[in-house]
Amino acid sequence: MKKLVSILMTIALIACLCTAAFAEAAPVKVGFIFLHDENSTYDLNFINAAKQACEEMGVEYVLITNIDEGQQCYDAAAELVEDEGCNIVFADSFGHESFMIQAAKDYPEVQFCHATGTQAHTVGLDNYHNAFASIYEGRFLAGVAAGMKLNEMIEAGQFSAEEAKIGYVGAYPYAEVKSGYTSFFLGARSICPTATMEVTFTNSWYDEALEKEGATRLINDGCKLISQHADSMGAPTACENAGVPDVSYNGSTIDACPNTFIVSSRIDWAPYMKHMIECVQTGAAIEADWTGTIETGSVVLTDVNEAVAAAGTVEKIEEVKAALLDGSVKVFDTAAFTVGGEALTSYLADVDDMGDFVGETEVIEDGAFQESKFRSAPYFDLDIDGITIIDK
Amino acid sequence: MNKEPLFHISKRGAVPWYAAWAIRGCAVLLALIVCALITTLVTGENPISVYVTIFNGTFGSPRRMWVTFQNVAILLCISLAVTPAFRMRFWNIGGEGQTLIGCLASAACMILLRDALPGWAIICCMIVSSIVAGAIWGGIPAFFKARWGTNETLFTLMMNYIATQLVAFFCVVWESPKGSGQIGIINQKTELGWLPVIGGQRYLLNILVVAVLTVVMYIYLNYSKHGYEISVVGESERTARYVGIKVDRVIMRTMLLSGGICGIAGLLLVGSTDHTLTTTLAGGNGFTAVMVSWLAKFNPIWMILTSFLLAFLSKGAGEISKAFALNQSFSDILTGVILFFIIGSEFFINYRIHFRHGKKEG
Repeated sequence: MKKLVSILMTIALIACLCTAAFAEAAPVKVGFIFLHDENSTYDLNFINAAKQACEEMGVEYVLITNIDEGQQCYDAAAELVEDEGCNIVFADSFGHESFMIQAAKDYPEVQFCHATGTQAHTVGLDNYHNAFASIYEGRFLAGVAAGMKLNEMIEAGQFSAEEAKIGYVGAYPYAEVKSGYTSFFLGARSICPTATMEVTFTNSWYDEALEKEGATRLINDGCKLISQHADSMGAPTACENAGVPDVSYNGSTIDACPNTFIVSSRIDWAPYMKHMIECVQTGAAIEADWTGTIETGSVVLTDVNEAVAAAGTVEKIEEVKAALLDGSVKVFDTAAFTVGGEALTSYLADVDDMGDFVGETEVIEDGAFQESKFRSAPYFDLDIDGITIIDK
Repeated sequence: MNKEPLFHISKRGAVPWYAAWAIRGCAVLLALIVCALITTLVTGENPISVYVTIFNGTFGSPRRMWVTFQNVAILLCISLAVTPAFRMRFWNIGGEGQTLIGCLASAACMILLRDALPGWAIICCMIVSSIVAGAIWGGIPAFFKARWGTNETLFTLMMNYIATQLVAFFCVVWESPKGSGQIGIINQKTELGWLPVIGGQRYLLNILVVAVLTVVMYIYLNYSKHGYEISVVGESERTARYVGIKVDRVIMRTMLLSGGICGIAGLLLVGSTDHTLTTTLAGGNGFTAVMVSWLAKFNPIWMILTSFLLAFLSKGAGEISKAFALNQSFSDILTGVILFFIIGSEFFINYRIHFRHGKKEG
């Protein structure tokens, strides 16, 4: 029995060595791990980018969908490396991170790239990388469109300026979501100064019923416009049913919601995916932490739905976008918001994310909160005045 | 005179084993043919290549086989857990919750004791606490059943939801980073409370533990006094009472055992493979286990086969969606068709259909 086991293990070892040697000589093959499938707007955005990037770069790829944030993720990564011969593995969900790190330790010759994670810059592995985009800029621009719509509705006499309340369906109450809705709100308020916002959390990335329920609740609560950071069609559908305008996320929802969809900001992951493929092709090192921007083409807006958006929205967005690019407008300008009634002059954010929950990095510089500067994943986790969280 | 119906159904007597297996074999064959038809009609893929893919996904490489056997081990472990209860006609469909609560107990030890105790002591605490937690989760419905005759099916089912919500709550308590609802891998750097890896194979421990458990459970159910009492209570509570078996005690004892073994499954999931805590950790195995146990007629040895069949189906299903870039729903359809036929075949093993023209004398 012992002999048998040792023979089997030797065979397995040789097989491993063979595939490892083979993988090095072989051209680039990318394996993608997705939390859900194309029914989720979030994953669809990644899936489209993955196909586009790999086809443009002319490399092979494998997609695995519906992978839980658990050992399944590790197994999927191992599968991609050992059985599919991938030399880049990419995972798209925040909760995949620790399992990707585990896989990166076990397969040092393979590059592991993880979207939205926070630990690559501190974990000390050469083959593990994080990436995100300064999506707060996109959110801000989407917020501008929302502000325009609010102003239009106020002028049309649908409600008073004081009643200009936005509703927001968020997934989890942590930095990525908070940074998103705060920048969206600041964008809207830069256009409609009396705007306020109510936020509800679903505590799930994908729960169509909860998201729909959340949006409906906000609408019943008097919200005149809805936006969301959760991945199903729940909130957009609720808006379409109620006839309330919606600023979407991750991609256009115009097909399902032609009468309420205004615009959507999204991260285009193709630039990063092409970048990582190029790095592996040329043997260059991939950055531990990569932040996409408007310039890299990572932060984009979908086409504005002119049937719903206020007149002049497209022009206004272009104007603000130019201002963001030349630096004359900053999203988290400390003059634009207060926390607990006071302007922010100093804030230590937990950028290193060592599990201590203690902020160590001063992130207020040049009169603005410097989001995505010290780490690609967002760390803006403040509750600013004007935004009410209706459930914790 | 009433017209005789087109067909009527009667219970079969004892069916010879080869006839029963012939019927089952036909069912599997029919299922594969129906699946092939659906595959070709809906997707245009060649059905043979789909089956090859399923097979490859499960056995294609040593690593895939390890993963398959690990899946079988966990499913079998939970199936073993619910079986003694089923044998006494106590319908424990709370395997999911009992496993989750075992997971929660293990994770709690790993998180709360990591600064206080050395690794081996944490593991001891994990073993004890997860078994106790599972046993309590199984014991509560048993107590109510024994005392007040409450319905155990509903009770154990609802205990699942309580366990899920408790886990969700603690995911928020222990989340990292704040607000994310994610725990991530517990003690990733120190590996405190991680069960040992045997022979460099991270899934071997689970497989060995469950293998031993299977044999022990087989002996317990078939050759021990307890096992006999369980069977008698299952056949007839009155008979059991008449021969002096304390039925309440047997119910309590069996459900504590049932829950305790689910707790072990939770321990293996958290301590040995996943090293994390999520609400989906048990992955529906608590419900699939009901089918595993039932298909095997509550026989632990047959359960190796049935759990393997079900794990094989779900693994192969995932492989299909990957290889052909089809939605997961498609593989669910195939799994559904195959299970429908297999469960349906049990009907034909137990009952005979008589058509009108078959027998005139009625």
